[in-house]
Amino acid sequence: MTSGPMSGPDQTRVLLEAVDLHKSFGPTPALDGAGLGVRAGEVVAVMGPSGSGKSTLLHCLAGILTPDKGTVRYRDVELSAMGDGARSELRRTDFGFVFQFGQLVPELSCLENVALPLRLGSVKRKEAESRAREWLERLEVADVADKRPGETSGGQGQRVAVARALVTGPRVVFADEPTGALDSLNGERVMQLLVTAAKETNAAVVLVTHEPRVAAYSDREVVVRDGKSREMEPVT
Amino acid sequence: MWRSNRQTSTIGYSPCPVGPAALLRRSGYEPCVYPVCIVPGMSIGHTLLGLLEKGPRHGYDLKKAYDERFGQDRPLHYGQVYTTLSRLLRNGLVEEAGVEAGDGPERKRYAITDAGVTDVEHWLATPEKPEPYLQNTLYTKVVLALLSGRRADDVLDVQRAAHLTMMRDLTKRKADGDLADQLICDHALFHLEADLRWLELTAARLGKLKTAVTK
Repeated sequence: MTSGPMSGPDQTRVLLEAVDLHKSFGPTPALDGAGLGVRAGEVVAVMGPSGSGKSTLLHCLAGILTPDKGTVRYRDVELSAMGDGARSELRRTDFGFVFQFGQLVPELSCLENVALPLRLGSVKRKEAESRAREWLERLEVADVADKRPGETSGGQGQRVAVARALVTGPRVVFADEPTGALDSLNGERVMQLLVTAAKETNAAVVLVTHEPRVAAYSDREVVVRDGKSREMEPVT
Repeated sequence: MWRSNRQTSTIGYSPCPVGPAALLRRSGYEPCVYPVCIVPGMSIGHTLLGLLEKGPRHGYDLKKAYDERFGQDRPLHYGQVYTTLSRLLRNGLVEEAGVEAGDGPERKRYAITDAGVTDVEHWLATPEKPEPYLQNTLYTKVVLALLSGRRADDVLDVQRAAHLTMMRDLTKRKADGDLADQLICDHALFHLEADLRWLELTAARLGKLKTAVTK
């Protein structure tokens, strides 16, 4: 694959699309007509103030939350029409997740953590660990393969999490403040590695962040304010 | 300090003695060490036009309105007001709207023309070249948008998009550059990020600002 970390997205295919999403938690509205379309190979930054609804939008897009109103369509399937089991299966096979922290299983080694989604998909241990090791090497953290997450630095742990998100070859990676707990240098390296790997595999990335320098790794930006989304027009 | 290559102010500006990285010249940035270069060039003409949208005024009134809202640290000189009004008159952006008699000398009143309104519209809708220390100009645009009933969030968002576009450009260049390029790009990126945070904060406070400026 020749595409670099910042090469342009494939404009032809809308993989995942949310339209007119509404979602409330009790009396509190979190989404009020938000929408977002994501194409294959594209990195979309979702920005907005705290409490604006951007994480809720990400969770609805990923099928973790079901919107009260509106649709989320992945390829030709509407997520709300799927049962819980089918949505979980879809998240394991087609989606990858990177969060700010607390996502690795502390009792497992880093290698086992990365191999975990493959093992849950019935891939044999040897094969799963071999693929996991390749991804750890790609993310430049092969040396922590046998360590537990608690024995790694924040930056190393986050790279392990990125490896785990990508090991199944997901079509969409959801990253919610993936550098929020890291210093500038580590955050930058994690973003470079995440975006490079996603571009190389033509995976789309939905990147929730409040950091403009992290959003600068995206191809375009959507801002969420008061539960409504607004596409920022690129300046030509 | 960073300054656009565009010369926007008549205030003394010392060009950098040592040339910066070529890549930043291409993106319109030039590292400088002369502190006064942080003072942004404000479009006085557009600001006066924006203030005239509320109704015809004479020069003294305009200076007062400008100084009250935007000139806390740098009030306008009378000469600047009348020179600017002459230019606007010459360009058909304002017209004379009678003479106000008073105790002192007679005062000409000026009214904005349709062409002037179009000019203000265009200015408000056009993002500033992304560069640090734009707050004065952006603040002026936001306040004038609020005063005239236009969408101030559009002013902020169009600027936000311009800033992020430049940040993407610098991020791409950084990925291909050597350490020196990376450090220079980082410097610009951190400054642009600060501006972008200011844009976000201002967007979150538009309601309060509208109340404050229109009361």
